[in-house]
Amino acid sequence: MADEAEIYPALTTIFHDVFLRDDLTLTPELTAKDVPGWDSFKQIEIIMASEEAWKIRFTTRELDALRCVGDLVRTIAAKTGAG
Amino acid sequence: MTELHWLPETSDWRIRLKTIAGGQGSTWDNAVALGGSRINFVLTNALDETLRRIMSGPPEGLSTKPVRLAVLGSSTLTHLLPALRVAGLRRGIWIDTYENAYGQYLQELSDPDSALSQFRPTAILLALDAHYLTAGITAAMDESAAEAALAEVVERIRSSWRLARESLRCPVLHQTTLPIHPLILGGNEDRVPGSRAAFLARLNTRVRTMAEDEGVDILAIDDRAARDGLRAWYDPGLWHRSKQEISHTAAPMYGDLVGRWVAAKQGRSFKCLVLDLDNTLWGGVIGDDGMDGIELGQGSPLGEAYVAFQDYARELSRRGVILAVCSKNDELNALEPFEKHPEMVLRRGDIASFVANWSDKAANIRAIAEELNIGLDSLVFVDDNPFERNLVRQELPMVAVPEVSDDPADFPAALADAGYFEGLVVTEEDRERTGQYQGNKAREALKTSATDLAGYLRGLEMQLITKRFDRVGLQRIVQLINKSNQFNLTTRRYTDEAVIDLMADPDAFGLQLRLLDRFGDNGVIAIVIGRLQPNKDLLIDTWLMSCRVLGRQVEPTTLNLVAVAAEKLGARRLIGEYIPTKKNSMVKDHYVRLGFTVTETDASGGSRAVLDLGCFRPAETFIHVTETD
Repeated sequence: MADEAEIYPALTTIFHDVFLRDDLTLTPELTAKDVPGWDSFKQIEIIMASEEAWKIRFTTRELDALRCVGDLVRTIAAKTGAG
Repeated sequence: MTELHWLPETSDWRIRLKTIAGGQGSTWDNAVALGGSRINFVLTNALDETLRRIMSGPPEGLSTKPVRLAVLGSSTLTHLLPALRVAGLRRGIWIDTYENAYGQYLQELSDPDSALSQFRPTAILLALDAHYLTAGITAAMDESAAEAALAEVVERIRSSWRLARESLRCPVLHQTTLPIHPLILGGNEDRVPGSRAAFLARLNTRVRTMAEDEGVDILAIDDRAARDGLRAWYDPGLWHRSKQEISHTAAPMYGDLVGRWVAAKQGRSFKCLVLDLDNTLWGGVIGDDGMDGIELGQGSPLGEAYVAFQDYARELSRRGVILAVCSKNDELNALEPFEKHPEMVLRRGDIASFVANWSDKAANIRAIAEELNIGLDSLVFVDDNPFERNLVRQELPMVAVPEVSDDPADFPAALADAGYFEGLVVTEEDRERTGQYQGNKAREALKTSATDLAGYLRGLEMQLITKRFDRVGLQRIVQLINKSNQFNLTTRRYTDEAVIDLMADPDAFGLQLRLLDRFGDNGVIAIVIGRLQPNKDLLIDTWLMSCRVLGRQVEPTTLNLVAVAAEKLGARRLIGEYIPTKKNSMVKDHYVRLGFTVTETDASGGSRAVLDLGCFRPAETFIHVTETD
């Protein structure tokens, strides 16, 4: 379905909406420490907006394993069958 | 799903949000408009954050009352607060929110110096979660232990309500509990006394009964979750992760449920359902297909779906929602099914205002509001045709126009889910409302036929029954005080508690006036509150009247009664105040018309006027007065 390159633009839009800024560029290495305001609430918003966008549901294990944007993109790709 | 599906979708919301962020145009109006479109939780948060960056308080001259809402809970609620504020915004109401320190709601309620008290809330939402309420409940309990535990929880809730109402003087909205616990026995779960699922079901039932006795209102998220599916509201993973019982994705719906209550408390629920006819109340076009050709009634699934929608509309009208028809049709064609079609549920007598012609619908909806003497912002318009919906939205943005599919089977839910007609109580007047509006039309007909006004008024055989405020009338008194906008001199709002205080005040009086005439009982149509000042002036704190009885000499007759009540308190003069709002210009000269002398005016157009009771001569009117105290 969605390969990793296709996931980035849609995920970028989600980040822009969640953080109310349109100058964020997503890279696989990006982590919460790099973005001001990326707290646990925003983390959940990103997760839930992604679940809504790709019509998927992350498991507790998958969420615990997320360390950076690259992890999130790989998980989405895997769950949508493109991984 | 928890989507706000009755709101129109918007594709350009990022641009509209930037317009708001950039401060172009009226920030508030633009934000209200964006709040009225179908937005998910991410955009709800974005809209709230953007607006709050620009505005720290309500815009000047806002006709609604700002609300300071304290949300008290036992787990994390922070993620729901933006949706509460946006739900207010959607209704033109500025809401500030407060959330108690984690786990400290009871301590804060009990402490007069708490941050909660300092917030000075005007409303309280008590949102206790299921885990908290079932702490210690286990299947190991026997019946008496389970019952004792239930009684203890019920008592804790009751004392929280009383603390909120007595120390903070706030109305309380109590959230029911989501049925999150898995079953341990199954279909007969109730047979395990200590089952958590059964415990919560019993608790929700008890809380509903107790709420009515205690004057508390219910936020029925258990009912909403049953409709949307529990999974849309509660995510066990989210609970384990962050102690959030209600999912982020459900936040807009949750906020909207609270917003409905806030609006209803201010008398801002919608009052009238305006219905299109062709393909809305029946299938097909009556003018083309004729009585035999339209789809309605048993025999076809589509015909039954239209019957079900009509039935829902009639149920709404039986509890006080006014029904009107707005259709592009020849009037005779449009009326025929109401009079002759055997499958019609709605009859002509159910419709308070019937407008069928070829003018545009916005103009006709205006005419309906005028005929019924209610504000345009109390109308909901249902039409299957997207063109007509958009036209009305554009021309009359204050009219609510729900999105509906072209399947009539969806109409009742589209209307019900939107919660336009959220009500807190049902009074006798509500039940009789359509009859009252029908009576009004008979009166109008008499007026047209009577050659002179005096003859018309005499012919009405009016009787005004005056009573002091009492417990029996409390619901209707508070309802009128909080929803009357046009004929309302001061627009002061009162809570139940404030009206009860007033009843006990020896230096004040509250009059409730009921008008009867040969066409029926109009119900309680006017309220006056007088307060004796230390200098023996009687200040008319509140004078409001239903616009349905304008032009019938109720005002001078009321003044006669006010004068009598004032003299009983030893007053020498009456002081009338006019406080202008966006809606009450019709009563600007009310006191002058009644013979008062204006003594003060202010820059905003407000005024004070005086009447010396020593020289007052009661007006003679065609209304017969009966006192029942």
